[in-house]
Amino acid sequence: MAYIKDKGGCSRIMQTYLVRKFKDKFAYAVCLACVIVAVIPLGSILFEVTKNGLPALNMEFFIEGPRAIGEPGGGIANSIQGTLILIGLTSLIGVPIGILSGIYLAEFGNNKFGKIVRLTNNILAQFPSIVIGIFAYLTIVLLIGSFSPLAGAIALAIIMIPIITRTTEESLKLVPNTLREASMALGIRRWRTIMSIVLVSAKNGVVTGIMLSISRIAGETAPLIMTILGSQWFFSGLTEPMDALTLRIWRLALLPYDYAHTTGWGAALVLIIIVLSLNILARILTRSKFVLRGV
Amino acid sequence: MIGMNKELLSVSSKERVNQTYKIETENLNAWFGTKQALKDINIKIRANSITAIIGPSGCGKSTLIRCLNRMHELVPSAKVSGKVFLDGVDIYSKNVDPVIVRRRVGMVFQKPNPFPTMSIYDNVAAGLKLNGIRDRKRLDEIVRKSLEQAWLWDEVKDDLDKPGASLSGGQQQRLCIARALAVEPEVLLLDEPTSALDPIAASKIEQLIVSLKRDYTIVIVTHNMQQAARVSDYTAFLYLGRLIEYDVTAKIFSNPREELTENYIAGRFG
Ligand SMILES: Nc1ncnc2c1ncn2[C@@H]1O[C@H](COP(=O)(O)OP(=O)(O)OP(=O)(O)O)[C@@H](O)[C@H]1O
Ligand SMILES: [Mg+2]
Repeated sequence: MAYIKDKGGCSRIMQTYLVRKFKDKFAYAVCLACVIVAVIPLGSILFEVTKNGLPALNMEFFIEGPRAIGEPGGGIANSIQGTLILIGLTSLIGVPIGILSGIYLAEFGNNKFGKIVRLTNNILAQFPSIVIGIFAYLTIVLLIGSFSPLAGAIALAIIMIPIITRTTEESLKLVPNTLREASMALGIRRWRTIMSIVLVSAKNGVVTGIMLSISRIAGETAPLIMTILGSQWFFSGLTEPMDALTLRIWRLALLPYDYAHTTGWGAALVLIIIVLSLNILARILTRSKFVLRGV
Repeated sequence: MIGMNKELLSVSSKERVNQTYKIETENLNAWFGTKQALKDINIKIRANSITAIIGPSGCGKSTLIRCLNRMHELVPSAKVSGKVFLDGVDIYSKNVDPVIVRRRVGMVFQKPNPFPTMSIYDNVAAGLKLNGIRDRKRLDEIVRKSLEQAWLWDEVKDDLDKPGASLSGGQQQRLCIARALAVEPEVLLLDEPTSALDPIAASKIEQLIVSLKRDYTIVIVTHNMQQAARVSDYTAFLYLGRLIEYDVTAKIFSNPREELTENYIAGRFG
């Protein structure tokens, strides 16, 4: 009797075991399918851009500015220059402010003021970028009296800061408290502990946030129309209009010429390559582990 | 830098309470929010002695030693009242810088916590480097001396640039001890330093602690009665935030004054 009972129990376990095993496999398959669905658009965009953009790429394309409208040839060098200047200027403003605010929120923001800053920051992160562009136009552009790369950089920095602030805060909060305590117990001051122990431990997350924000601002168009306007010329001062790849792509797309569309695809390909290489560069530069930085 | 610290805390001998005690607490109370974790602790710890702190889980052992180097106040909502004298100077008085207290009173935690982004060398040198000491030769010397003191030098001398986190648990704990020794504290607080280790690693650290007595005043929290009996000169028994009994270790283990102490040591609770 006992023997039969045992056997029954056994096969029941076997049955549920098979069900569980199937569920496990099934869940895995669903996840995989979703990943594939998510990757298809990404892959096809990259494919389209590469296919249509590659023919545009040649020496002239990278070293010359545009020709007159309707005349084929010329290049997008002035737009590349503008985008790089914008990325640089924006990062110069946005990265320090974003990181320091993130540090404040993570390390000292456990109070009412911190809560308000966090809330404001999250709202700002969801602001439509065109509104930020209008804001920059109404304040800086009208104040200076001209379109300006500086106004563009400030508008983009307003987009960049909340992204970096949030990712920095989250990365710092992942650093275990035992590390902060270990450092403080050595008689290392709070600020030095944050800069040399906590921030360094959270480096990967912080860098990811910076790269994310750079990718985001490099792809912005709307706020640039109202701040740097766009231009046929190379950079000629902080109070002159300037071009950027996104503006160029936008203008080229509106033109009725085939050559213009090819140039547009080429510019899009270059923009993607710039963002990708910045990402890879940042990874390489921050890979050097086990270096103690004296700040 | 380190010489200067002593200056900052030293006061004319008139003000010193008692020269023979390295640390003395006076009605020390500590809270977490509204929960009181320490109640009127009065304890005197002799220089160059090993004092064990024993008691059941949650009785306030960690809180007590964290009050001795002003680490307790780093917990949000934590509060302290009373006095703690270090060489006769109250470390909680207004003009004392907690950072300098922590440099004089080092601490090793229950779980080994080397800095994960740093090499073995940098882990040991961190306290000095981050306080502005750059002289490579001097750093080399101190790193070597500290690792030798922590009995780790022979095991790591060829791997100083490997990550500190790549060592075994016992080695990591000795690395943390070396890191604490490198800043040349006068007192070493150890919070269950062997609880995460196997018996062989633990006995290595016990021997190490005894060998450090010559140069340091040591306070060690432990759950292990044999360990307390083996290494310590004095033993303090804590229960529900109160200091129940404090005496020479041999006396506590052979003939305790309090029944509570006897019951705890006999393993009847805790
Ligand atoms: N961060 C904290 N917040 C609130 N209460 C705490 C905190 N840390 C400790 N306590 C409380 O304070 C009391 C003393 O804690 P403490 O860590 O000093 O005990 P312990 O004797 O070291 O225990 P154990 O042997 O388990 O490490 C405990 O009752 C605990 O619940
Ligand atoms: Mg404890």
